[in-house]
Amino acid sequence: MSDLISKTAAKLSAMLAAGEVSSVEVTQAFIDRTEAVEERVKAFNSCDKSWALAQAEASDKRRAAGQASGPLDGIPVALKDIIAVKDQPLTCSSRMLENFVSPYDAHVTELLKAQGAVLWGRLNMDEFAMGSSTENSAFQTSRNPWNLDCVPGGSSGGSAACVAALEAPLSIGSDTGGSIRQPAAFCGVVGMKPTYGLVSRFGLVAFASSLDQFGPFSRTVEDAAMLLQGIVGHDDRDSTSFKAEVPDYRAALTQKQGPWKIGVPSEYFAKGLDPEIKAAVEDAIKFYESEGCAIEEISLKMTEYALPVYYILATAEASSNLGRYDGIRYTHRAKNAEDAIDLYYKSRAEGFGPEVKRRIILGTYVLSSGYYDAYYLRAQKVRTLIREEFMQVFQNVDAILTPTTPTPSFKRGEKADPLSMYLNDIYTINVNLAGLPAISVPCGFTSSKLPIGLQLIGKPFAEADMLAMAHRYEQAHTWKDAVAAL
Amino acid sequence: MPSDKIDIDYVAKLARLDLSEEEKQTFTAQLGDILGYVDKLSDVDVSGVEPMAHAFPLENVLDEDEPREPLTVVEALRNAPAQRDNQIVVPKVVEDA
Amino acid sequence: MEFKADIGLEVHVQLKTRSKMFTRAPYYYGAEPNTLTDPVVLALPGVLPVMNKEAVRKTVQLGLLCKCEIAERCKWDRKNYFYPDSPKNYQLSQFDQPICNGGEVEIEMLGASRNVMGEHRMVQLTRIHLEEDVGKLTHFANDSLVDYNRAGAPLCEIVTEPDMHNADEVFAFLTALRNNIVAAGLSDCDMEKGQMRCDANISVRPVGQEQLGTKVELKNMNTISGVRNAVAYEIKRQIHAVMSKEPITQQTRRWDPVTQVTSKMRDKEESHDYRYFPDPDLMPVAISAELKEELGKDLPELPFDRQRRYMAELDLPYTITSVLCPDRALAEFFEEALAATKGKGEPKAVANLIVNELLRELSSGEQEGSLPLAESKVTPAHIAELVVLTEEGVITKQIGKEVFIEMYQSGKMPSAIVEEKGLQAEQGDDGELEAIIREVAADPKHEKAIAQFKEGNKKAINSLIGPIMKATQGKADPRKIMELLAKVLG
Repeated sequence: MSDLISKTAAKLSAMLAAGEVSSVEVTQAFIDRTEAVEERVKAFNSCDKSWALAQAEASDKRRAAGQASGPLDGIPVALKDIIAVKDQPLTCSSRMLENFVSPYDAHVTELLKAQGAVLWGRLNMDEFAMGSSTENSAFQTSRNPWNLDCVPGGSSGGSAACVAALEAPLSIGSDTGGSIRQPAAFCGVVGMKPTYGLVSRFGLVAFASSLDQFGPFSRTVEDAAMLLQGIVGHDDRDSTSFKAEVPDYRAALTQKQGPWKIGVPSEYFAKGLDPEIKAAVEDAIKFYESEGCAIEEISLKMTEYALPVYYILATAEASSNLGRYDGIRYTHRAKNAEDAIDLYYKSRAEGFGPEVKRRIILGTYVLSSGYYDAYYLRAQKVRTLIREEFMQVFQNVDAILTPTTPTPSFKRGEKADPLSMYLNDIYTINVNLAGLPAISVPCGFTSSKLPIGLQLIGKPFAEADMLAMAHRYEQAHTWKDAVAAL
Repeated sequence: MPSDKIDIDYVAKLARLDLSEEEKQTFTAQLGDILGYVDKLSDVDVSGVEPMAHAFPLENVLDEDEPREPLTVVEALRNAPAQRDNQIVVPKVVEDA
Repeated sequence: MEFKADIGLEVHVQLKTRSKMFTRAPYYYGAEPNTLTDPVVLALPGVLPVMNKEAVRKTVQLGLLCKCEIAERCKWDRKNYFYPDSPKNYQLSQFDQPICNGGEVEIEMLGASRNVMGEHRMVQLTRIHLEEDVGKLTHFANDSLVDYNRAGAPLCEIVTEPDMHNADEVFAFLTALRNNIVAAGLSDCDMEKGQMRCDANISVRPVGQEQLGTKVELKNMNTISGVRNAVAYEIKRQIHAVMSKEPITQQTRRWDPVTQVTSKMRDKEESHDYRYFPDPDLMPVAISAELKEELGKDLPELPFDRQRRYMAELDLPYTITSVLCPDRALAEFFEEALAATKGKGEPKAVANLIVNELLRELSSGEQEGSLPLAESKVTPAHIAELVVLTEEGVITKQIGKEVFIEMYQSGKMPSAIVEEKGLQAEQGDDGELEAIIREVAADPKHEKAIAQFKEGNKKAINSLIGPIMKATQGKADPRKIMELLAKVLG
């Protein structure tokens, strides 16, 4: 095992800058690692090794010519299979898009390419980002590197697993209701969901448009800051893209010293929380207290409504967003359809997996004639109340601290009932509903050696403070140094 | 909250989704559970509350009326399951909508 | 029993923009299939819509043109339905918050004859909203082909109240609407290119009955005359059905322009469940009073307003104004020509030259239809100069016609043609003209007319002017002829 793969992206970046290593060497090291462990981890849907090496070579040439473009130049970044990359497959882990090749780049892809990142592989996920375990992938279930019988979480399970398995130093995922933070917690890595609108959604295959957001996975907070820096920025092709002043996130890690006022919502420590997770998160609270931070007990009473609101809004939007997968222009097309209408029914029946069908049915139902006001409109109003409650709390605190998940990772096949699977996202969902930034950082292990995640929720567009807070905790602990034995 | 049983055939037709009998049964039961859970929203007093459509609402996000280079026909039809004369072939369209 | 028909229209008008409604793929008519697409048009995974500023502005202008109430704020909704010409399988449209509410369009009904102005009235609009167009399907025996060029083009839907009652009113409405929109440059409204499309909702009821009859929707009408014929047929069909005690059912019927009959496409099934909901990808539109004012300034005078002005201020007759005014380019051509006469030309003379001579020549060429005014060699300056030359008596009206033909063909200025060919009216040498007059007057066939003249019937000698003109090869000034004639006959 090459020594390079255990280094952080920040360290690799420094080594590249100092000429101590080449991008080809770095990229090859991760390719070798992937070849060695991927059979067990199953993080990738596909890899294009020769393209990765070609990008690495180009990076080395740039650097030799004194034209290296920044900290990401030459660093491998793996992408969830939901991000459009020109001339690369874009499957969303669905039979529907099994053979689809994107003719265009996502905004995030354009930015990463422009900064010389080495785009490395397409990562497994729950089909169309619907799920919390990657068991809903049409192709394979990814494994949790800490326990191969357990799930890596989802929907960005491949993105978390590949970083935890050292198959890539950085990866990108997407988060609609916790799809970055929950797998990060399950796999013992850092995962961050930026404020809605900070990163352009152009080229992110939509699940629920009003909630979806791209974000980074990494082994350290510093690496997350570095990757975040590379993907933020206004995009005129996304009407919800925000024109915000972008701070230097990496510099903020040390510049922002606190002490901070941290809110701890009692609702997140109630029934259903695994006691080991509770203990680990309480230790984290004590740490911040010892650092001089004021800990404020707060109440987020609307939390119990977050899940129902989410499942109405997200499925309604999804039922419409997924209408385009119809067997006509570019998707799977059923054979022997009698006519165009029949083609829809058959292609969609064959192309979508059960969870996607279930959510399309639910979303279609809540929007159908006679139910709109009772479900969709009411859910949108409750969403307003959820957001208002957060904004109220944020008048008194700088950030909110919670566990990322109520339980650690679970065994494959263990949660057959959709509702119990949905309950997994109970601590992450309302962050998406309110459009806030949040990060999950490793904060220990259970007695069965499964990682635990600590969630910090920030004010809108206050990523720099949130990252600094997470960085402070991380630097004082050794969790980041633990590597899954594979 | 309406508590009617979901009319799975009607909804599946709206969604243009062929469901097997087994799927219909499973989904009807599961969606019944989910809708039962969702029902707790009726406890919330939402009178006078504005619905939230956007996390950070803006207005008039407009782009200039200046054309950009279109896709070539080859790129446009690159993933087409069937094509003829630079167009997408679809099975006979029977008047439906 | 007497019947009354109630007709409401849904008119779709494609806005004249360079790019599409929600993306910057180009749009124009007549491109090769699937050459005007991009990932957004094709609804590829991951794409997002962004509003076209110009389309929003043009819709506000359309609303101002129709005297609608312009919404201060409106949003976008998704209308969900599956059809192969709809790439996303939802259409971005406006459900409960259209950009324009209410409004009216002035129409002119048929007059007693072509030369008499018909009665004017207002047709009430319900709303105008903005949405996106779909692609185009071509059907074959065993399959269909889809071209997405048109998909995503900006489309305004204009909905009227059931405020028209016969086919002629429908014709008048569509004509007026088209003239207004074309005049404002918002669309070319060419129905044959699909830039304007019309569906009609028609019902009949016995005169005196308050409640509207059962509504039938009529589709597939591709010209304004086609709409008139289809509506006329459908009204007759429905009245006949009611008289024969056949119930009218809610249905959609298709007009067949070849056989000139309507036939049933489908019964109205349970109303469509479009699952409208606000689009999460697009932000709302806010229209300020300042923007409305700014956009209003760019709007031209409406054709009927212009016609009233010409009739009142310029004393132009209805027959002339009804040709000049509906076509903004023609009316502006007229105004430029009139201005170029610097007060030395009569409006009627300028208008006559344009309506009678110029339009005839433009339509007589080998091209299909009429040659566009802009492509003619004749400019307002030509018209003005010709009118002034005639009015000042430099040339006669007769010669004027000859000069017109010459300048239409060569583009030379009238003065140059007159100079070159020596076409000036005879001036000064009264002796020669007087001699000719005496000769003509001596002709016995004019005896009777001269006698009548001498008895006081001044008009009687008009019959001598033609022959005198002929004898002078058209060069004589008619006023001079009259003067000398009076002297000769003394």
